[in-house]
Amino acid sequence: MAALATGGAVRRGVAPSFRRAGEPGLAALPGTRPSLRRGQLLLSSGVPSLDAVLGGGLAVGTLLLIEEDKYGIYSNLLFKYFLAEGIVSGHHLFVASAKEDPADILKELPAPLLDEVNEEETVFKSKESQDYMKIAWRYQNLPKMEASPAASSRFGHYYDVSKTLSPELLQSTKCHHFFLPEEISLHPNINICNMTSGYIRLLQSIQRIIYQEGFDGSHPQKKQKNILRIGIQNLGSVLWGEDISCTDNPEDIYSLTKFLYVLRSLLRMSLSACIITVPAHLIQNKAIMERVTNLSDTVVGLESFIGSERETNPLYKDYHGLIHIHQIPQLNSLICDVSDTKDLAFRLKRKLFTIEVHMYPV
Amino acid sequence: MIVRKRRRIQTLFRRIVSVGSLALLFHVFQGRFTLLRDTRTDGSFLVHHFLSFYLKAGCKVCFVGLIQSFSHYNVVAQKLGVSLPAAKERGQLVFLEGLKSCFEVLFKEEPPTGQPNPLQFIREGGSNLKALYEFVRTSLTPSESDSWKCPVLLVDDVSVLLSLGMRPVDVLDFIHYCRVTVCSQLKGNIVVLVHSSEDSDDTENELVVNALCHQSNLILWAEGLATGFCKDIHGQLKIIPRGPAEPSTERDLPRTYQYKIQDRNVTFFARGMSTAVL
Repeated sequence: MAALATGGAVRRGVAPSFRRAGEPGLAALPGTRPSLRRGQLLLSSGVPSLDAVLGGGLAVGTLLLIEEDKYGIYSNLLFKYFLAEGIVSGHHLFVASAKEDPADILKELPAPLLDEVNEEETVFKSKESQDYMKIAWRYQNLPKMEASPAASSRFGHYYDVSKTLSPELLQSTKCHHFFLPEEISLHPNINICNMTSGYIRLLQSIQRIIYQEGFDGSHPQKKQKNILRIGIQNLGSVLWGEDISCTDNPEDIYSLTKFLYVLRSLLRMSLSACIITVPAHLIQNKAIMERVTNLSDTVVGLESFIGSERETNPLYKDYHGLIHIHQIPQLNSLICDVSDTKDLAFRLKRKLFTIEVHMYPV
Repeated sequence: MIVRKRRRIQTLFRRIVSVGSLALLFHVFQGRFTLLRDTRTDGSFLVHHFLSFYLKAGCKVCFVGLIQSFSHYNVVAQKLGVSLPAAKERGQLVFLEGLKSCFEVLFKEEPPTGQPNPLQFIREGGSNLKALYEFVRTSLTPSESDSWKCPVLLVDDVSVLLSLGMRPVDVLDFIHYCRVTVCSQLKGNIVVLVHSSEDSDDTENELVVNALCHQSNLILWAEGLATGFCKDIHGQLKIIPRGPAEPSTERDLPRTYQYKIQDRNVTFFARGMSTAVL
């Protein structure tokens, strides 16, 4: 098997989540890019400047944790960018929320800016077809090779937040929903001691989708492999049945960390990636946030200027908030890519969400 | 019997500044408990070092990898010159992949015979790590056909057990049982990684870290630089020998080195002697 030759772990019936980039089967997955240095497959988070800061993108099988800003505006936006990127790249989606119906979330996704790209490509192609090969004329009639290894779409798109995704594009994507108030009636049949029932149901649901749709390699007859993008909104809030974000001494401090550990085991054994937004500013018990950080792969914290004195500070008038990269995963290698600077600020324009280095005192 | 080997090919640490303290990382002792500790940085490069070092030294290794998948350790071990699947096949390495066991205990039917899953406390609750200890004991107890040198237990990492609902006393009980079996009875070694931080709010974790510091024979403490992030110096390593001194090595005071991690090795230098500064 090709996986043996590349030295990846081979478990019977389960596809390894990290493989060498040279494997042809995985390189053809849409919307992904292999990271040759680490032998990982990378996905775009939906924001190209965030991909650059994270070292090229999000690795398949990992978890991106966003610590929400005070009003949840920009974290919600990053959440939507991630899902919109999945739709544009042709991935499957799994959206879970206890607050909003996932169908409503999906209706409000930003529309991608695809038109300009298409124009550039057609102009380029028409120029090329008129050149005859003078030296390598034997290759004239061979089909043109794709410059990038990804089969169809390019890696990382820009979105226009004032427009929403077209319903046709939404319909062509396979989306799975998990809305907690609707799932309460079903009885969970796995038993995890001392975990909030909402979390148990969510884990069960995710595992069922991964198994049924074959993201863990359990249905080898399906030729076309795909990626599952999981988005969980507002995890740890009161609506999930937890009290860590509303009291200083919560009753059960282990539910969230156990959930993240089991989720990690599901992600590592399947072709999936997950984004979770957590209201970190509401969780008073900082020990929980330390443990949550240790159990996540990539951790990004957002701090918006809304309502703070920096909003009117002329030094920060160009930016909408600060972004803190707390952790980047160190997978398949001894070293990890850390960006050189730690002072990053973000700015949201209608068609662009950029992350830039800022020089001002914090 | 103490085995000493000098290795020149594909070693993890090169450019050893002084042989004194760093040589402690290249010596196969017997009956020692080594604590790996990290603060403000990731100390897993030490885990990779010890895994490849003990496998090359011919010891039987039981690796409890709770936090990452097997393929991650495998890829890094290959860069350091060791093949984990081959070690598993010849019986030298027993690898517990925590993430996979967790999945099996929750989502798969339990097999009627055979050993209980070492992570069954996730499903059943209770607060003891007895099944995990039994796994370690059966893996490292030598059978008649075994010809390996001393057994070694590596745990990456202990702080995860606290996140999974274990109380500090359960974790310390587990370590104590392992020390009795592996260090005293089988004359083997234990290497354990914990995360810690200054002014941490996680009092349970600090309790476990302090208790393990007192029990250990050697502490390797990897810290991020207190002055902030630097591209050329990834951190500093404090080597703190504790406990009775071996007759053949000198008893050292704690030494501190700064290090930079590269793709296949780690370079050490004395403080202030980084190439970025000189």
